[in-house]
Amino acid sequence: MNAIEIKEFHKSYGTVEAVRGVSLEVKRGELFGLIGPDGAGKTTLLRAICTLLLPDRGSILVDGLDTTREVARIRSILGYMPQRFSLYQDLSVEQNLRFFADLFQVPEKERERRLEQLYHFSRLAPFKKRLAGALSGGMKQKLALSCALIHTPAILVLDEPTYGVDPVSRQEFWDILRLIREEGASILVSTAYMDEADLCDRVALFFRGRIAGVGAPEALKDRYRYPLYRLEAKDVRRLRDFFRSLPEVQSTQLFGDALHVSFKRPPDSRQWSEWQAASSGNLTTWSPQPPSIEDVFLALIGGEADGGESI
Amino acid sequence: MTTNDAKPMTRQISVKTEKLTRRFGKFTAVDRVSIEVYQGEIFGFLGANGAGKTTMIRMLCGLLAPSEGSGSVAGYDIYRQSEAIKRRIGYMSQKFSLYDDLTISENIEFYGGVYGLSRALIRERKEALIRQVGLEAFADKLTRELPLGFKQRLALGCALLHDPPIIFLDEPTSGVDPEARRSFWDLIYQTVALGKTVFVTTHFMDEAEYCHRVSIMREGKLIALDTPAKLKQHYGKSNMQDVFVALVKE
Amino acid sequence: MPHSRLLSIARKEFLHIIRDPRTLMIIFIMPVIQLVMFGYALNMEIQRVDLAVVDYDRTLHSRRLVEQFQGSKFFHVFGYEGPLSEAEKLFLTRKARVILAIPADFGKTWQRSVSAPVQILVDASDPNAATIIRNYCNQVIQLFNQRYGGQIPLPFEVRSAIWFNPDMKSTYFFVPGILALLLVMISALLTSITISREKELGTMEQILVSPVRPYEIILGKVIPYVFLAFMDGALILLIGIFLFEVPFIGSLPLLALLTTLYIITALSLGLMISTIARTQQVAMMIAVIATLLPTVMLSGFIFPIASMPELLQWLSYIIPAKYYLVIVRGIMLKGNTISQLLNQVFFLGAMSLVLLTVSWRKFSVNLEK
Repeated sequence: MNAIEIKEFHKSYGTVEAVRGVSLEVKRGELFGLIGPDGAGKTTLLRAICTLLLPDRGSILVDGLDTTREVARIRSILGYMPQRFSLYQDLSVEQNLRFFADLFQVPEKERERRLEQLYHFSRLAPFKKRLAGALSGGMKQKLALSCALIHTPAILVLDEPTYGVDPVSRQEFWDILRLIREEGASILVSTAYMDEADLCDRVALFFRGRIAGVGAPEALKDRYRYPLYRLEAKDVRRLRDFFRSLPEVQSTQLFGDALHVSFKRPPDSRQWSEWQAASSGNLTTWSPQPPSIEDVFLALIGGEADGGESI
Repeated sequence: MTTNDAKPMTRQISVKTEKLTRRFGKFTAVDRVSIEVYQGEIFGFLGANGAGKTTMIRMLCGLLAPSEGSGSVAGYDIYRQSEAIKRRIGYMSQKFSLYDDLTISENIEFYGGVYGLSRALIRERKEALIRQVGLEAFADKLTRELPLGFKQRLALGCALLHDPPIIFLDEPTSGVDPEARRSFWDLIYQTVALGKTVFVTTHFMDEAEYCHRVSIMREGKLIALDTPAKLKQHYGKSNMQDVFVALVKE
Repeated sequence: MPHSRLLSIARKEFLHIIRDPRTLMIIFIMPVIQLVMFGYALNMEIQRVDLAVVDYDRTLHSRRLVEQFQGSKFFHVFGYEGPLSEAEKLFLTRKARVILAIPADFGKTWQRSVSAPVQILVDASDPNAATIIRNYCNQVIQLFNQRYGGQIPLPFEVRSAIWFNPDMKSTYFFVPGILALLLVMISALLTSITISREKELGTMEQILVSPVRPYEIILGKVIPYVFLAFMDGALILLIGIFLFEVPFIGSLPLLALLTTLYIITALSLGLMISTIARTQQVAMMIAVIATLLPTVMLSGFIFPIASMPELLQWLSYIIPAKYYLVIVRGIMLKGNTISQLLNQVFFLGAMSLVLLTVSWRKFSVNLEK
């Protein structure tokens, strides 16, 4: 049995279709990433998994239990960390944790041990008495995570836990997630940072209420069809105009003083020297560039997001 | 970075600060930050939420008074000549600066009017802007009906309406999809191609790659300032995320 | 060209108002509802009071007295046959609010000695109403005396006359009151909300980085609301004059002029509030506390200032509506001229000056505070 199983999930708000038919499986013990920009429908999907929203169509099973019927049982095995910092800013770190322990009826005996454990890996022990509102962004997120973990859930759902957080704190946060996975929990985490995909076992690229691609990050990158090169030039803008006009070119993107160009077919050395000559020496260096998840994402949504966005 | 050095760069300074500091009570949001931004440059300000990026940008735009230190924008002193500065800068913030209940056309006219442009000039630039963003068919639609990516490009257009030489962008790409983000950056490249200076903050580390030079802030302090390539080279990392982590652990 | 900047802001503000039909509806429907509420539903005049007659006399004289009561439109008269000792039940069941008890020897006594006692019992669970009812009863009895008795002329006669509102109509009172209330609400409440809304949305930031001057922002935002307040004032006046037949004796231009002064005072108050409030919610709360309640409770709109405790009387001096009410009632009902209203004009002017100076200084062109 999978930790989470979603079949043809649909959800609309009025005339806006937030999620348009999503089927997905999160396996047991897996760290699964839901990657997509704001407004893709990530939060809607996660809320439905947490029994906070009902599907218009389709079904969601959490640990084999239907989210529309087994609300209480699902909530007891599920840990959820919402997008907005949803703790009590005027309570201390410890008071927040104990409040959630009460809420989930964590037995007295286990409680102290669990708290120690959470303090240990969140490294929040020195800040027990500090008010939650006075914590830094990264520490707040760790506290919110600890609260979601207080009842030792088998399945953990996190909605953009690292948004706007310092890269160091982000790295720490992902380290903690991996620790939790080692303990046997299944984790579903959403993020708008494309680069965080590399930290997951498997990811789903989510765009406009649909899944554009699912798989291990490396496998997704391997599927990228267009050979990508990083080019440097004396005048990079002129170089861009030049490459844009070539029929062999799939896309171009400026990166500061460099240019990324993806081709429909791998160019050979003869073509490179031709281009160098044609650009009258403007092109100075070129080297293959491994595609990022963002490149993969853009290629996968290519048809749908033609010309930016449609209205 | 031979390409960068080879490029003829007018080293005229657009923005300069020296030990610029801002405190809120006991909390120091910006701590002795000194930078120089050159004309025609995309200068990135990187850092997490709360690192001091927004405070820094607000001081430069005359929205907040510095506690200490000095600074100039377009050659004008940020303490005494904020009026002159305001006429020469464009500003777009992470919070939305367009009015949702006004049409696209009305928003543009409003910003043109606030900068005291003549009617004829507003009309001319409005048409150009609507064409540039690709909204010809939607000029009389309410702004709230626009997708986020369009709104952001339109907001940038409004900030550029009075043709300022320096533009401050505070987390302009927050929350948009990669496609919209890339087209937004295309617009920024077009802007600097006209000789304007772009000062941009972001908490997306990968966006640093789009900038000519980046400064990295943490807890109010400037911890690095260089081209992305040199920073990556110096720390032996393949991306800016890892550079940041290496910097902090140093 | 600073003027075009000001106009841009005013134009945009107008657009916001137009695009929000719900608020616009409230602004124009609220006065109508309030006028109707005060004019009809909350009428303080008492009419058709149930009066039970316990007539033990049953003579020509007693019948004449009852007829006198029946003839008055204040009373609805009906007979009660039960014993007077149980008449209290009429009060408990609210069948009657007054009982007129005529003793068995009323007719005889009347003929013999010119004066004959009758008993009037009034339900005083509402003391104000009871006083009014008692006065009506006395009036009726006085008329009876004049008609059927009263050979002895009194050395002097007390005749009270009610001026400016001879029919004692409460709409005369409420129309000016609602005018004062709505003008202050639109001016102070809506202005403070519109400024704090921009702070909340973050659009204020965008305006502040432009070379716009504070007075341009303030005036630009305020002009549409002055216009709106004027329209609303006109609507209230029209309804008052044509629907409720409130007379308008004085000068309309003078009222318009002094209304402008009042609106300026209220706008300055709104600006003051907006310099304190950062969110719409806070602005709304402060504005309600600062305008709605004092205007209703302390301005003399409903409760006469003279009958308030001393502390509240002092407090009423800083309520702009107190002065405006005197102005509106004076001009509409009494035909006051400016020379008779100088006191009020002075107070409103001074208040505006103080409020404007303070808020002008506090309205910052940056995000400090």
